[in-house]
Amino acid sequence: MNSGRKLGMVLLGAMLGTAAGVGVARAAEPLLKVGLLEDVSGDLAFMGMPKLHGSQLAVEEINKSGGILGRQIELIHLDPQGDNARYQEFGRRLLNRDKVDVLIGGITSASREALRPIVDRTSTPYFYTNQYEGGVCDASMISMGAVPEQQFSTLIPWMVEKFGKKVYVIAADYNFGQISAEWNRKIMKDLGGEVVGEEFIPLGVSQFAQTIQNIQKAKPDWLLTINVGAAQDSFFEQAAAANLNLPMGSSIKVMLGFEHKRFKPPALNNMHATANWFEEIDTPEATDFKKRWHAKFPDELYINDMGYNAYNALYMYKALVEKAKSIKLDDMRKVIATGDACIDAPEGKVCINPKSQHTSHRMRLISVGPKHEVKVEKDYGTIQPYWLGEIGCDLTKKNDKDQYTPSHLPKKS
Amino acid sequence: MSAEVFSVFYQFADVFAFLILSAAGLAIVFGMMGVINMAHGEFIMCGAYVTVGLVNLGVPLAIAQILAALTAGLIGVAVEFLIVRRFYKRPLDSLLATWGLSLIVTQSMLLIVGSAVRGIGTPEGSFAIGGYTFSTYRLVLFGCAVAVLGGLYIVFMKTRFGVIARATMQNAAMAKALGARTGRIYSISFGIGTGLAGLCGALYAPTMTLIPTMGATFVVESFVTVVIGGANVLLGTAPAAVFLAMIRMALNASYGQIIGQIGMLVAVILIIRVLPEGLSSVLVRRGR
Repeated sequence: MNSGRKLGMVLLGAMLGTAAGVGVARAAEPLLKVGLLEDVSGDLAFMGMPKLHGSQLAVEEINKSGGILGRQIELIHLDPQGDNARYQEFGRRLLNRDKVDVLIGGITSASREALRPIVDRTSTPYFYTNQYEGGVCDASMISMGAVPEQQFSTLIPWMVEKFGKKVYVIAADYNFGQISAEWNRKIMKDLGGEVVGEEFIPLGVSQFAQTIQNIQKAKPDWLLTINVGAAQDSFFEQAAAANLNLPMGSSIKVMLGFEHKRFKPPALNNMHATANWFEEIDTPEATDFKKRWHAKFPDELYINDMGYNAYNALYMYKALVEKAKSIKLDDMRKVIATGDACIDAPEGKVCINPKSQHTSHRMRLISVGPKHEVKVEKDYGTIQPYWLGEIGCDLTKKNDKDQYTPSHLPKKS
Repeated sequence: MSAEVFSVFYQFADVFAFLILSAAGLAIVFGMMGVINMAHGEFIMCGAYVTVGLVNLGVPLAIAQILAALTAGLIGVAVEFLIVRRFYKRPLDSLLATWGLSLIVTQSMLLIVGSAVRGIGTPEGSFAIGGYTFSTYRLVLFGCAVAVLGGLYIVFMKTRFGVIARATMQNAAMAKALGARTGRIYSISFGIGTGLAGLCGALYAPTMTLIPTMGATFVVESFVTVVIGGANVLLGTAPAAVFLAMIRMALNASYGQIIGQIGMLVAVILIIRVLPEGLSSVLVRRGR
């Protein structure tokens, strides 16, 4: 076999952002096709690269230990380069032409919402592997990341108690930032706190002198930073240079964007986040996982939570398919409906909630110190993704195909 | 009260510096030479990466920044010689060629250097006025922007090279007939332009996240400033930057960054509609 040349072709294909689907079948069984859409070029490449790596690691491990139902996995990765139109084009290509058995991926919530209607027209399961602003009630989608009831309902009360009742919000101006800010407003209101300022920043903006001054004028006790992307992250450096010196909280910093590794200390000093995964976790399971990852990808700057969730997604898919003894979405959802769709992940046991098809997570609140050292402030144990179920989303009974927010709730029937 | 006045000046200076530094190089390459350089952002990125690389090797920041600008300038001369030179009579093809160059450069940087590079941190120093604290380095940027404008004025208005360069841009054939070595003039001008782009990247490198596509955050502002400035680098770019900085600063302060960006672009559309040749067409006519 000229597998060397085939590997070369695979690499070349991946580089060109075209289908890299060359696999070597070992068994007589046909390959299981896993379609993966992750940005490994463009503005979000630094976050997307660990997602590709996590998927590759999981596929390699699963294939080595006999595949899924005896079938080897073929990973077909396309690079949408952070462009939502390309997400749709490549999504159609994977679903309709390559006829993948499962689709995984998407970084921004904008890319997920671009993909979802296309997935909904097929009977292919779709795994979204990021933490996000929550609320998607869609039978085709299984969400592996953390959601606001796991991230904001823990972080915001803690920040209010520790630092005070006045918060200023800096958010990226698209659905993730807007809906996350809405969550913050709701939780702050319940706590009797005050949102003294909210600023939505267009993606790609990199200059923050005015924002820093607006913050100083509003005199908040702490900042909620849900700015997204490399350009907007420049805020931290510029705020530190201007000696802004306020406590910060976020649902995406540190464990997702590893700003504490990318900026010179103390730019991220006093940042707080709630996470189901961050590389500094040092339980035996986590240490073992990190060792395997770094053995395969020695140059990885940081194993972020998206990459970790992407790794888990393949094991969750394996667990669902093997329990259902079928690769059909309907059969897999029957397993989810039993409430018994669980895997032993490096963070601990995680399960898919039957009503919302979101994942339970062990959540920890972490803080960053002046030398960018990460400390666990509080361990919340396992938190269920309960919010969708409470407001009336029940995918075992009805497929809403909608995204709910605190101000957009299901109609009472 | 004085704190408010100073803060308005500081914000204006900050936007002005950003516009001037990102546009100065393009003003020469696009404004004077007429080359639509889509790789402008990549020369900025080059300046930033070289600065960070040198600082990590132990070179003091200021020297690293000067060396980075020189590097970008030299690369510019090479690019002019190898690629841009062939497209002076085909401006639209030069757009494609430099765009291709930009794609190749960003993707190569991604593959070679990686998706993110650790920053070097802004030089220490902040000061407080009233309830506000400010970063000293942002005022250094403003000083550099003013110095760049002054330097361009001297080079293009007061030196022999400047006179010949302007003559070459106005009428290359005539300049050649009078003995100017136009090929070399084009080369050097292009190099100065990319060197200034490199300087912009070098100056902003400590304050930003370094990724291969970072140049893109400068490109819109730089083209917009040059386009509404018009062909005359000095009489166009500087007033264009002042004008856009005022609009953007005022809107940013009152309505936030989104309205600031929208407002600036609306102003640009209006100006291009009223003055297709840019601000300098009015100013030059008045001046004569």
